[in-house]
Amino acid sequence: VSAADPDGLLARTLREESGLLVARLSRRFGDFDLAEEAVQTAVVEALTTWRRTGPPDRPGAWLQVAAERNALDAVRRSSRQQALAARAPAPAEPSDGTDERLPLLFACCHPALAPEARLALTLRAVVGLTTPQIARAFLVNETALAQRIVRAKRKIVTAGISLSVPPPEQLTERLGDVLAVVYVMFNEGFVSSTGATQDRDLAADAVWLAGVVATSLPTEAEAWGLAALLTLQHARAGARFDAEGGLVLLRDQDRTAWDPTALAAGEDLLERAAALRSPGRYQLQAAIAACHASAPSWAETDWLQIVTLYELLRAYDASPVVRLNRAVALSQLGPRQAEVALAEVDDLAGELASYHLFHATRGQLLAGLGRADEADAAHRRALELTTNDAERRLLLTRLHRHPLQDGS
Amino acid sequence: MKYVLMFTARPDLLASVDPARAEEVYGRVYQWFGENAAHLADSGAELHPVTTATTVKSGDAGPVVVDGPFNEAKEVIGGFSILEVADMDAAIAIAKTWPQLELPGVAVEIRPMVEDYSQFE
Repeated sequence: VSAADPDGLLARTLREESGLLVARLSRRFGDFDLAEEAVQTAVVEALTTWRRTGPPDRPGAWLQVAAERNALDAVRRSSRQQALAARAPAPAEPSDGTDERLPLLFACCHPALAPEARLALTLRAVVGLTTPQIARAFLVNETALAQRIVRAKRKIVTAGISLSVPPPEQLTERLGDVLAVVYVMFNEGFVSSTGATQDRDLAADAVWLAGVVATSLPTEAEAWGLAALLTLQHARAGARFDAEGGLVLLRDQDRTAWDPTALAAGEDLLERAAALRSPGRYQLQAAIAACHASAPSWAETDWLQIVTLYELLRAYDASPVVRLNRAVALSQLGPRQAEVALAEVDDLAGELASYHLFHATRGQLLAGLGRADEADAAHRRALELTTNDAERRLLLTRLHRHPLQDGS
Repeated sequence: MKYVLMFTARPDLLASVDPARAEEVYGRVYQWFGENAAHLADSGAELHPVTTATTVKSGDAGPVVVDGPFNEAKEVIGGFSILEVADMDAAIAIAKTWPQLELPGVAVEIRPMVEDYSQFE
C-alpha cells in the first residue's frame, strides 16, 4: 500500500469493512436504519481523521469501534430502537459461510424500493460511500439524495423488508435485481470517471462487488457472468481516455495499455460462468468482451463470432441497444454487410431517437460508407444529446475530421 | 408483521374482458382465501362497485358530501384484506398469487399497518 495513495487505502478499507459492519450491527441491534447511520458516521469520521493523521494500524478495527460507539450513542438517545427491535422481523443469522453482506445487498436492491434508491443505498450501506461522494458521482443534489436514502431506509424498516438471502424459488429473480444495480454502478463509474476528479472509483467498486456476489453464490452463472464482464471491461480502463481526458473508442485504443492480469482474471471468471452451462445476458456480454480482449487489433477481431454472440444475446435482452451493437459488429464484416447494418440501425430510429449513441453509431456507419454530409448531421445530433464532457469532445473530433482523409 | 392488501382494478380495462373468463378468475378468488386462511388476520371486505361510492370531503364551510370515489384515478379499490406474515417478502409472495392479477389493470397494493404507536412518541 502506497503512502502516496491514502485515498486508495481509505477506499479499499471502507469498501471491505463497511458492508460487513452494517450487516453485523443490523443483526445486533435489530435496526438496519440505526446500524447504517452508525457506520456512515464512522466512515465520515474515518475520512476526516485518517486524512489528517494517516490511517491507523488496524483500520478495520478502528472503524468497528467507531461504528459501535455511534450505534450505542444512538440507542441511548432514542427509545425507538427497543420498540423497533420488538416488532421487526428477526434478522437472519449467518449460516453456511455465506458472506454477511449478501443479505444486506438483497435488502438494498429489493424490488419494493425505487430503482434509483437501490443504487444509492447499496453504495452507502454495502460499499461504504458517503452521501456527498454519491451525489458527486451522479451529479445530483446532495440534499435530495440524502432524503431519498432516508426514505428508502425507513421503508426497509417500516415495511418489513428483511435482511435475508431469498429462498431458492425467488433467488434467480431477486439476484437479477441485485446484478442490475451492480451493472448500473459500473456503467455510471465507467462513463463519468476521469480519475482525477473522483475520490472513489465507482467502476472499481462495482468490479469488487460483482466478485463478492459471485463468490457468495458460486452456482449462479449470471453472477460469474457479470463479474467476468465488469472485470474485462475494467481491464481496458487505462486506454479509454487520452492525456486530455478525451474518450478513446475501442477501435482506436492502445491495446498495450490494457491490463493483461485483469483480462486473464476476467477470462477465468467467464470460464467459471460457462462451466455452469446456463447462459444469460451478462455471460454473453462477457463473451463478447472476451472476443475483443483477445483480438490483436480492431481489424483482426473475430466479428463473425461477435455477431453470433449478439444474436444469442437478443434472446435474453431484446432492447434496441443490443440490436444497435449487433449492427456495428455486422458492419465490420464487409461493405455489403455495412449497408445492411445501416438499414438495421435506421429501423431503430423511432425507439432510439433521443439516445446520443444511436446518432453517433449512425454517423460512424455513414462515414464508413462515404456519406460525409449525412454523417456530420448525425454526429451533430449526437452532440446535442450527450451530456458527458469526454463524449462531447470525441464527437467534436469526429465532426472536425474529414472522413476520407484518415480513412475512418 | 401486519399488512393491508388493497385490491384495485381498472373498470375501463375490465370491461373488455370476456365475461366467462372474468367469472372463471373470480371463482378462484374464493379458493385463494381458503388457501391463505392461515396468513389472513382479517379477510377484510369485498366492496360494491365504485359507482356506489359516496365521499365526504373537507370544505370551507364544513364537510361536503359528494357522489363518487375520493379521487379521480382510473384505478378503483375493489376490496381489502389484512395479512399477518413474517416480512415483506412473504406478503409479496402471497399478493403475487391473487387470481385477478391475470386480468388487465388489476393491482394489489401492500401497505404495512401501524402496530406500534410508540414509534410516534
